[in-house]
Amino acid sequence: MNSATATALLAGLEQGAISSEEIVIGLLDRADRLKRLNVFVHLDPDHVLSQARAIDKRRRSGDSVGPLAGVPVAIKDLLCVEGEPTTCGSRMLRTFRPPYDATVISRLKQAGAILFGKTNMDEFAMGSSTENSAYGPTLNPWDETRVPGGSSGGSAAAVAAGLAPIALGSDTGGSIRQPAAVCGIVGLKPTYGRVSRYGLIAFASSLDQIGPFAHDLADTALILKAISGHDPRDSTSVDDSVPDYPATLGTPPESLRIGVVPEFFGEGLDPEVESAIREAIRVYEQAGATIRKVSLPNSRSGIPAYYIVAPAECSSNLARYDGTIYGHRAADFSPRYPGEESLAPMVRMMMASRAEGFGAEVKRRIMLGTFVLSAGYADQYYNQALKVRRLIRNDFDSAFKEVDVLIGPTSPTPAFKLGERTSNPLAMYLSDIYTITANLAGIPGLSIPCGLTKSNLPIGLQLLAPAFAEEKLLRTARVFERATDWHLKRPGVKE
Amino acid sequence: MSLTIDDVAKVALLARLRVSPDELQMFTGQLNSIMDYVAQLQQLETTDVEPLSHGIEVRNVFRDDVRGDPLPREAALLNAPKRNQESFLVPAVLE
Repeated sequence: MNSATATALLAGLEQGAISSEEIVIGLLDRADRLKRLNVFVHLDPDHVLSQARAIDKRRRSGDSVGPLAGVPVAIKDLLCVEGEPTTCGSRMLRTFRPPYDATVISRLKQAGAILFGKTNMDEFAMGSSTENSAYGPTLNPWDETRVPGGSSGGSAAAVAAGLAPIALGSDTGGSIRQPAAVCGIVGLKPTYGRVSRYGLIAFASSLDQIGPFAHDLADTALILKAISGHDPRDSTSVDDSVPDYPATLGTPPESLRIGVVPEFFGEGLDPEVESAIREAIRVYEQAGATIRKVSLPNSRSGIPAYYIVAPAECSSNLARYDGTIYGHRAADFSPRYPGEESLAPMVRMMMASRAEGFGAEVKRRIMLGTFVLSAGYADQYYNQALKVRRLIRNDFDSAFKEVDVLIGPTSPTPAFKLGERTSNPLAMYLSDIYTITANLAGIPGLSIPCGLTKSNLPIGLQLLAPAFAEEKLLRTARVFERATDWHLKRPGVKE
Repeated sequence: MSLTIDDVAKVALLARLRVSPDELQMFTGQLNSIMDYVAQLQQLETTDVEPLSHGIEVRNVFRDDVRGDPLPREAALLNAPKRNQESFLVPAVLE
């Protein structure tokens, strides 16, 4: 049962073959025996059970129930759930309990989903390995000496390890797609504006987007439909109708012109990853696709542009954590280092609280962002990065005049070892080299499993489509999924 | 571009982060290597390029100015690190 998809569980629930209570008892028991993976920051069995019993009761009494009724969904710990711990992987928010639900949480509740725990993540979603969590790293279920990717590593590991059939994450530079790839599951970053960000703890507001993790595309379509749509409380959410993704998934796309980007096969690409991607291209060719080479000449500027734009936005978003209204406040803020004597007690309180509440990566990005926005440097760095961002989007606009989707590797390497990149921030940043441009351009990106290395580590295939073309993206990915069985592979974690 | 320890100390103060002398040393080195890396953007020709602040270009959204339900005072104060019955408490700002 722990390898079942949400679609399969829903069929069992509808037939009365299984109850939601039985499903969650099984998963809670498994979560207890797999504690070593450190997937959940918070999992309250009583709360999970009471949700499951309530849904079972409604279903038994013949009430109409939502499209995810009784299905457990693991939630990345940066989505606000009213009254439940929401730490964002940070010491800063260790005791924070939000006074309201994120819109995606309200939508999951309306759909009848069971909120199954809060998953571990890199602090404030800054990282590519989940090692920046204040609550210790999550282990990759395929190889417990390796990282699950990040920043949504807990959500990806939850699905891969069979601790929840589906999960939510967020993607600012690759934080859904890269962990999905290295954990052997599906991960989707929707178009910017497709899903409301209300109640998502902000990192870089022009790049952040919430999206699903699942074993396959049918489940991905199901959860995407449930969370998408306009929300008056997020003015960047787009007021367009939401396509019926599950209904159209099975229809092959009318046009199958696939772009292969030479810039995605550059230096640093693992040879086993490359050969799996080349094989995926052959699968598409056999399915009748037209394969065309299209260049994204500015993609090499993606990482440098991102590491100006994202820290700039982060330094502004994270200014709210000052120990005043919520979050950590230092008990002792008396002067400690030279120069602090001249600062007002209020300033020292803020400085000490932030120093104790944030980890090193968050501090690094706040300082980087503060610097690139500071007087005399904003034009040279920040405005130049925004111009380069336009060049990157123009590349995609031209490419999508010639092809329907672009494909390539999601991550240049399979899951790396715990500790391998922690001492070198730049090496960690390069983990997102192929995913980061989609966030800058706002377009949707999907990672699907497409192979295993000789040492049994998953490889992800990334597909990119024009803005709001999620339907096309899913249907094109389905062509590959139908022809292969990589989405059926499970890590076989020992309890 | 090379950031000195003093530059980084100034940034840390602007960012309201207390950093120890050791951290200052470490962050100066790391920020310099990141700034060296991002310097490659300066080589791109962008004279006539409009800056892009959102991938999907957004416009102002207006709504009627109607009062909604505010967060109840107790809910707003629930996460306060330090509070009394009705307010957040902070160290004295004025002498």
